[in-house]
Amino acid sequence: MTTMSSLYMYSLTVQPPSATTQVIVGDFCGVGKQQILTANGSVLSILEVSRQQKGYSVLHTHDVFGIIRGLASFRLAGASKDYIIVSSDSGRICTLEFILDEQRFKPIHLETFGKSGVRRVVPGQYLASDPKGRAVMIASVEKNKLVYILNRNVEGELTISSPLEAHKPQTLVYAICALDVSYENPIFAALEVDYSESEVDPTGKAYEEIEKQLVYYELDLGLNHVVRKWADTVDRTANMLFRVPGGNYGPSGVIVCGEESITYRHINQDALRVAIPRRSGATEDPQRKRYITAGTMYTLKGGGFFWLLQSEDGDLFKVTLDMQESQSKPSGAVRRLKIKYFDTVPVATNICLLRSGFLFLACEYGDRHLYELTNLGDADDELVFDSDSFPVDHTEDYTPVYFKPRPLSNLALVETIESMNPIMGCHVANLAGEDAPQIYTICGTGARSTFRTSRHSLEVLDLVESELPQPATSVWTTKKAVDDEFDTYIVLSLTSMTLVLSIGEDVEEVTDSGFMKETATIAVQQFGEDSLLQVHPKGIRHIAASGRITDWPTPLHRTIVACASNNRQVAIALSSGEINYFECDSDGSLAKSDDEANTTGTVTCLGLGEVPQGLARTKFLAVGCDDCTIRIYTLYPDENDERLKQLSVQAVSSPPSALTIMAMKDRSSQGSSLYVHVGLHSGVYIRTVMDDVTGELSDTRRRFLGTKPVKLVRASVKGENAIIALTSRPWLGYADPKNSSLALTPLSYLPLESGWSFTSEAFRGMIGIHAQDLRIFAIDKIDSNIHQESIPLAYTPRRFVAHPEQPLYYVIEADNHTMAPPTRAKLIGDQDQKMNTKSEDGINGDTNELPPEDFGYPRARGNWASCIQVVDPVVDKQVLKTVELEQNEAAVSIAVVTFLSLGSENYLAVGTAKDMIVSPMSYTCGFIHVYRFKDNGRDLELIHKTQVEEPPLAMLAFKGRLLVGIGRDLRIYDLGKRQLLRKSQAIEVSPSRIMDLQTQGSRIICADQRESLTYVVHKEEENRLIPFVDDSIARYATCITMNDYETTVGGDKFGNVWMLRCPPKVSEVADEPGGGLHLLHEKGYLGGTPNRLDLLMHYFTQDIPMAIEKTSLTPGGEKVIFWAGLQGTLGAFIPFESRKDLKMFQQLELALRNEDKPLAGRDHLAYRGYYVPVKGTIDGDLCERYLLLSNDAKQRVAAALDGSWNPAGVEAKIWNMRGLYVF
Amino acid sequence: MADKLRAQQQLEALQARYIGTGHADTTKFEWTSNIARDTFASYIGHPPVLEYIALGLGEPREKVRAHMIDKMIQPVGKPPEVQD
Repeated sequence: MTTMSSLYMYSLTVQPPSATTQVIVGDFCGVGKQQILTANGSVLSILEVSRQQKGYSVLHTHDVFGIIRGLASFRLAGASKDYIIVSSDSGRICTLEFILDEQRFKPIHLETFGKSGVRRVVPGQYLASDPKGRAVMIASVEKNKLVYILNRNVEGELTISSPLEAHKPQTLVYAICALDVSYENPIFAALEVDYSESEVDPTGKAYEEIEKQLVYYELDLGLNHVVRKWADTVDRTANMLFRVPGGNYGPSGVIVCGEESITYRHINQDALRVAIPRRSGATEDPQRKRYITAGTMYTLKGGGFFWLLQSEDGDLFKVTLDMQESQSKPSGAVRRLKIKYFDTVPVATNICLLRSGFLFLACEYGDRHLYELTNLGDADDELVFDSDSFPVDHTEDYTPVYFKPRPLSNLALVETIESMNPIMGCHVANLAGEDAPQIYTICGTGARSTFRTSRHSLEVLDLVESELPQPATSVWTTKKAVDDEFDTYIVLSLTSMTLVLSIGEDVEEVTDSGFMKETATIAVQQFGEDSLLQVHPKGIRHIAASGRITDWPTPLHRTIVACASNNRQVAIALSSGEINYFECDSDGSLAKSDDEANTTGTVTCLGLGEVPQGLARTKFLAVGCDDCTIRIYTLYPDENDERLKQLSVQAVSSPPSALTIMAMKDRSSQGSSLYVHVGLHSGVYIRTVMDDVTGELSDTRRRFLGTKPVKLVRASVKGENAIIALTSRPWLGYADPKNSSLALTPLSYLPLESGWSFTSEAFRGMIGIHAQDLRIFAIDKIDSNIHQESIPLAYTPRRFVAHPEQPLYYVIEADNHTMAPPTRAKLIGDQDQKMNTKSEDGINGDTNELPPEDFGYPRARGNWASCIQVVDPVVDKQVLKTVELEQNEAAVSIAVVTFLSLGSENYLAVGTAKDMIVSPMSYTCGFIHVYRFKDNGRDLELIHKTQVEEPPLAMLAFKGRLLVGIGRDLRIYDLGKRQLLRKSQAIEVSPSRIMDLQTQGSRIICADQRESLTYVVHKEEENRLIPFVDDSIARYATCITMNDYETTVGGDKFGNVWMLRCPPKVSEVADEPGGGLHLLHEKGYLGGTPNRLDLLMHYFTQDIPMAIEKTSLTPGGEKVIFWAGLQGTLGAFIPFESRKDLKMFQQLELALRNEDKPLAGRDHLAYRGYYVPVKGTIDGDLCERYLLLSNDAKQRVAAALDGSWNPAGVEAKIWNMRGLYVF
Repeated sequence: MADKLRAQQQLEALQARYIGTGHADTTKFEWTSNIARDTFASYIGHPPVLEYIALGLGEPREKVRAHMIDKMIQPVGKPPEVQD
């Protein structure tokens, strides 16, 4: 460590991105069923979809630390599984095999072909594999195309050839596709435009006449080279290609899609074209042409095939081919192309149809959907349009065709996969008054927009709720015999009595169970073969299957204070501090051991493990004493036939309140280890590894869970052991499905007094007591530890702001090219009138507006639909009020402000742009609306609006006035009677356009759209705004927050997070009292302000940060920098507190870069330093991959670290970084 | 002389391989066209950036993508008249 930056952060992903950019289908496991492979940001995941589990499950996920650009699958002839090809920004082609047993991707090839990074001429943008798995083409946007031949060597291993080039300079590629040519030479089709002529023609004529060509590249397997086989001019607007089946199953060729055109093309076939039908309806523009934006081909089992193509409105069309009548075989000449409306689903980036009849829709924005194909759309009466009615030449005239969109009839929604993509804003606050803060985000686009409340918690399925006659303290369930599958009794311990209920059709009280009624109960246990035990303060009752009752009373004047039991063993602690031990006799009765143990303090709790398979007893008893210790005793007789010898002792920070010994899944060589779970009075949960021979305790994890003493309950989730910790809220401790380390997540459920597992014919889950209710619930999903609640919004949310006192949010929303509601209502009203005059009965069902959530809003170019919504995410969980903006205004900024001149009342200021066109930017003017809060902020009343010359993109309350960024200028406004009054102004503060503002004291930070930050000081005396420091790099800032008075952390449009600091001297000088003349007269440096900011930290996240904030995420936790990315990423930067930890993590990161090389071949350091070299940041996501290494590799890495580290120590450090700061 | 020739050949090879490699007579048109084309290719190639732009424009991603490739044909307008 030669140079040491003053600050280091540990970057962690809290929630990986959920925007699915690429999807392919294939049998990657080799099990004869198809899986879905998705790429979300840099994460590859395999999803399995099945009818049995009614939906999807995630098989495996892997972060490749690279930008995934393309995915393709291929299967070698005769092979039983599909291989995966990934094109990324690594400049390498990567073939992978998924190994199901080991749950990992095995890299097979990593062939370098070009520079790394996403570049114009480095292949990677397009990827297509031959359907017979013989070759793959990888192409760049311009010029370069490479073809690799895939084969098998003598040993049956997959081989890849050196690349064959098919470059054509000055040619742009729009799409590529591999043709289905059966076993003839593989052919790849490309949509190309050659711009060489237009480049040298100053008249612009060549540009006008540019043609788009469909080009066939044939790979001659005999000669081992690629030839340009055929080229033909296609529609100038063509943007997509789809494969047509070939060989014996179809005519081969491609479907070329363009603006309102779908054309069938092949080398020896006639071109056939159909138009994309347009939507009809009162609010639809009859002249608007649509593009196809996604689609898929599907081959039917009995032969035959069709395409499902989606238009930009989301309408799915079914496209089929008709063959010549004279020829019966499917590979003959094509007669016509047909299209019909199928269904409408949200606009997708990728559509996947599985052989099992599922349709996976990777929606462009918002939740992803899984549908089931219920119909092939053959039987309905939708109009079919065929190519006979349309000319092949797209420039010729034709009559457009129309269809009427309708609700789903061929697809049925099975499941939605939650996705926060795109996150437009994020705020962390504890509005609900819970233990931990909630994450509030505005997500989605159009009518599918949502306001989401996310919590760190697991989703719980509430099954039964019933009221008890009086409050209970504890609950158990028990079966009667060890072999029973289901529980028979529910036993409730009330304050001074015990209630036994039977589980069956009805749950009713039992009186003949043998349990002692008139006492409280400490424990209930199914004992031996078929007996039951009831432990109560005065003794133990043994209930044999015959009904015979045996009681063991406690010695005089002593009571049982704690108890632990399993099927064959019972340990009790008496009030005098003795521990008695019992075992199951051969006849199933209770046999007391003569050995006793005495403790110095009072025993607070006991813990016993389950009897290991094939053994008569478990070896260890854990004892918790009120002197803050955990002691481990052996239950095996030693050489003197004595039991209850103390083996080890561990001190804890507070008296233990609950103990249990349970094995849990982990990544040790046996697959699981024995753990002692401890709950403390202080609300801390501890999990310690116990050596299963010596009873030694090591490797401790601890976490503060809540404010009450912790109670522990064993549970089983997804067939694995888990532990429920009950404190001020219930938590689940389980093995993380990704890396099997300990995951602790609160349940999104009520606080529970007591709980137990519950198994009946009807449900499998947990039973618990909350206040006076008995509740049964189940925990099904542990894939995601973030639970979301959604409130639908009207339009694409842009920004939001919280009410300063009330738990309310104000969201500004705006949709581009969308018809505003008044126009919509007018058009529908007009049509209604027409219909009414036509048909006298007045039925006008047809003109009803389609629900925009499914069909989108009617489009209208250049129009904006925009509104302000008041959202209550805590109590009512709905939108309280909507204020629509009129006259083509679009809301762009929002702030809550108090005007000191008018007292302490809060006002809402909303900045709008009139007639805005985003690219190239133009507008008529901007406005600032000022609203008064009414009804405690639940309603808004417009006071006035003030016209400004440019849209105010940033607004902020500043010193009791409103600070506004208008274009390049900064202004301060005060509230007047008729409009806002300009109080101060600084011209051209920022070089292009102010996007965001932050303030502390007199200092203002302006974030520019293109030119990074400028610090401005406000001089009270002269009422002057003076910029004094800016940045040396042009950062396209999206969001910023002040870390402290000198430091700002922010994100930019290219996916970087950075931290900038004002030099201390400059900061001091800027705040010198006076009018700031010395600042005004200082000479600017290189066309900017006199000073420059220092870079402290820089990190490439891939996702675009849309919101960033300094906050704490855990109750009582340290502050972290929390950011939310456009594609749904939630991440955090955690400051390092100790030099020792930092050094360890630095070396660990360095070692892991070599030990666990990124899968797609990207160099990790280069990836994190994509635009600017990574600075002051350790990649925690990479460090966490340590948990997934093999034991050998873990040892190796740990040994190479400076200082004496062992794998357990490193794992604990990694776990603590996540566990203590985030989740 | 041979050295100069080799250097010349190497430069030409580089220019053929890596589009945008400049030479002594690079015109403003060539230079700006290259920058613009590189920029559009980068926008298309980074999925979050494409999504960000598509969101801003209010258009589907696929349409924005195709439109950007269209723009790459002549990103900075007509080429200048050639002067002898």
